[in-house]
Amino acid sequence: MKVSGMAARSLDAFARMSIGRAFASGVGMVAGGFLVLLVLVAVFAPWIAPFDYADQNLMNANAAPAWPHLLGTDEFGRDVLSRVIYGARTSLSVSATAIGISMAAGMTLGAAAGYFGGMFERVVMTVVDLTWSFPDILLALIFVAILGPGLTSTTFAIAIAYLAQFTRLTRAQIVRLKRETFIEATINLGAKPSHILLKHLMPNAIAPVIVVGILAIGDGIVLEATLGFFGLGAQPPTPSWGAMMSSGTAQLFLSPWVIIFPGVAVAVTVIAVNLFGDELIRALDIRDRLRGA
Amino acid sequence: MNMLNVHNLGVAFGAVQPLSGVSFSVGKGETLGIVGESGSGKSLTAMSVMGLLPLIGGRITAGTVEFDGQDLTKLPERAYRKLRGGRIGLITQNPMTSLDPLKKIGPQVDDVAILHLGMTATQARARTEEILGTLRIPEPALICERYPHQMSGGMKQRIVIAMALAADPDVLIADEPTTALDVTVQAQIIRLLDDLVKQRNLALVLITHDMSVVAQTCDKVVVMYAGRAVEYGPVGAIFEHPRHPYTQALIACIPRGLADTARLSGIAGTVPTVMNYPKGCPFHPRCARAEPICATDPPELSINGDTGAACHFAEMPHAQPA
Amino acid sequence: MILRYTLQRLMMLIPVSFAISVVIFMIVYLLPGDPIDNLLRVGSSAEDRAALIARYGLDRPLLVQYFVWVGNMFQGEFGEAIVLRRPVADLVVQNLPYSLTLGGLAFLFSSIVGMALGAISAVVRNPVLDRFVRGFILLGSTVPGFWLALLLILFFSVNLGWFPVSGAGGWKALVLPVLTIGFGGVALVARVTRVALLDAGREDFVTLLHAKGLSSGTILFRHLMPHALLPVVTILALRIGWILGGAVTVEFVFGRPGLGSLLIRSLGQRDYPVVQACLLMLALAVMLGTLIGDVAQASMDPRIREKKS
Repeated sequence: MKVSGMAARSLDAFARMSIGRAFASGVGMVAGGFLVLLVLVAVFAPWIAPFDYADQNLMNANAAPAWPHLLGTDEFGRDVLSRVIYGARTSLSVSATAIGISMAAGMTLGAAAGYFGGMFERVVMTVVDLTWSFPDILLALIFVAILGPGLTSTTFAIAIAYLAQFTRLTRAQIVRLKRETFIEATINLGAKPSHILLKHLMPNAIAPVIVVGILAIGDGIVLEATLGFFGLGAQPPTPSWGAMMSSGTAQLFLSPWVIIFPGVAVAVTVIAVNLFGDELIRALDIRDRLRGA
Repeated sequence: MNMLNVHNLGVAFGAVQPLSGVSFSVGKGETLGIVGESGSGKSLTAMSVMGLLPLIGGRITAGTVEFDGQDLTKLPERAYRKLRGGRIGLITQNPMTSLDPLKKIGPQVDDVAILHLGMTATQARARTEEILGTLRIPEPALICERYPHQMSGGMKQRIVIAMALAADPDVLIADEPTTALDVTVQAQIIRLLDDLVKQRNLALVLITHDMSVVAQTCDKVVVMYAGRAVEYGPVGAIFEHPRHPYTQALIACIPRGLADTARLSGIAGTVPTVMNYPKGCPFHPRCARAEPICATDPPELSINGDTGAACHFAEMPHAQPA
Repeated sequence: MILRYTLQRLMMLIPVSFAISVVIFMIVYLLPGDPIDNLLRVGSSAEDRAALIARYGLDRPLLVQYFVWVGNMFQGEFGEAIVLRRPVADLVVQNLPYSLTLGGLAFLFSSIVGMALGAISAVVRNPVLDRFVRGFILLGSTVPGFWLALLLILFFSVNLGWFPVSGAGGWKALVLPVLTIGFGGVALVARVTRVALLDAGREDFVTLLHAKGLSSGTILFRHLMPHALLPVVTILALRIGWILGGAVTVEFVFGRPGLGSLLIRSLGQRDYPVVQACLLMLALAVMLGTLIGDVAQASMDPRIREKKS
């Protein structure tokens, strides 16, 4: 899809301004840096991880952290560090994909609702409001109930759980922008709705949605871990932070490191996402626009 | 014998000095008016006497506040709390927002008697209803069960007065008690306060920006400008022979009736803000009689007998306002 | 006025409940495989199958089945659990009190501790403390509940042996679960309380309270705190979904009986009648909480009462 000149310019400006400024603050730098590092680790996992995540060594099961297993081994003798590294892959890709889908669907729905208004908007918003007050875990569980456990259903569950948020936010932005005079002018010049939506409304509405999306990835990671913990997410032997903690519960007394390290990974990642997201909000100065969600 | 004796009071907020050189005294059965434009420091003076400056971030840097012989500026907080509401009562400016919206009227007034007179709830309630009655509030028992938002401004102000009176104070400080009320209610409240002073032999400090109120109800008056007391003395003397140029200008500003064909006079210039009080005498930029010394030396409020004017040329016969 | 608003919201609940019930009803039909098989035990005989069909009218059209299902529900008939072969209604009734206790206590815990923390952070204007509180808030909202639960178990149960690791016996077993759920809530309540207290503290009536000679402590507790109460209740009621979500997780981790653990277990066992009943109950609770929260919020802000949507 061609990104028109105006949209391209605003996206470009957004990218330069916001990311630059977000990284400029101390907190933003540390958090953002960590996230970049995490992504790199996830991408280059096969080269970074000292062991293969499925390598079992039953004779060395439940070993305490020591060289060469820097974070210890689990009940099958698999290296915890490697599994945490590969787990990053799972968590990040699942969450990012899910949020991506959610954002795309949510933005479409929200923009349409906001732009066309009327009965359509009411129906959409009622359904969305319904799901919005539900805890993400419940929505995800309903979905998993239908699709059965596994990574696919986890991805869709997460996507559905946050759909409401993006729909509401986008709609709020569109409604706000619709009233601006430059839109009125464009309509008066005879522009088609699709043109207005794509060239004018969306580029301006995008900023808060992207920031919320980033924050939602953090929530998505927690949700994926929770589902994995319940045994409803990634199935073995695929490593997932949540599933690692689940199977590690049995060894809670003997080898607590099996649950501690994946948990630390989740916590630190989510904290970094939140901190970076907050810095972005500050850099873009859009805190007020986020009240629509 | 004076109940309240303020001498050379100075107040600071960080590096800013909004009040300085404020002096006055009030005795039992007397009404002292503190008059001045907005921002002249009237409310700050009230807060200082009540010891509430820390609440807004200020502190007393000079002078003394003597109450019944005691210097309040040296008083520890615990002892001060006993005086506040007990022997010194405060009536605040805006009755619409002075009462706790979440509590009924009754308990809010009862609190004072319970705290300062050691009464039980029942005793305090009886006392509250009695006071409300003297303030001419109809059906006190019913009113006690109501919430503030159910009452009018005038009614609420009477309740604030009731709270100030509940512990039988010696001094009452009324900070612009009628500014936020309708004109008809204003007269009622002023008359009410007047009666209270006579009936209970109170010392009343009435803060207002309305010179006519001062003329009608006060025995003495302090004129304030830019955080300083510029003139002080009995009402009659001040109105007939004002000695400070600002006072003269203020009095000249009072419209004297429809028959007066002269134009309404004002005072040229504007009131300085706290940030830029002029050096020397604060009034000198607007004063017709200003001389070079006025820009460098702040004049003292030299009190002779019971009058004083903070002007280098106070003794000179009257001059025209600018 | 508030009554009218409440009724308005209640009326909206009807279509919402309808929609939710349809979704939950459809779960069995959206699953792969024969829906009837999903309701049967593995290895059931043909007779059992026929009996089931007859009992719940499973050979009738979908629409009819839905109304039969709803009708049964109103009579307290939720079907039979596949695995345990007991009426689902019994299971729900048995587990509900545990969840209610847990949820209720967590609510109380979050409120009380949160308000205390909020009050402290409002009164003590210490930049170091501020950062600490803000960091605490961040932690509370990001740490996955079950991980916190595990850590707490590790530290308090395994290392210190103060509390039991799992189970439902006695008040001791409630401490860690309530703590886990409440942790995130405390942060939220503290923030709301702090803002409410600071806002109330700036109001005019506070000056007069001081002028009456009341001590700062009295003013804080008897006059300012009540102003924070409503915002706190509102925010917690609105976020009830999150309390329930936490309860679900916590029951599972601590091995406590309750609707949450029942749900998770049934999901794993594919015991769909139970799953449906649990989801319905939880959905109902969420809607109720949201309603209460909405009404409470409206009573605070007159502007919201006028809006239709």
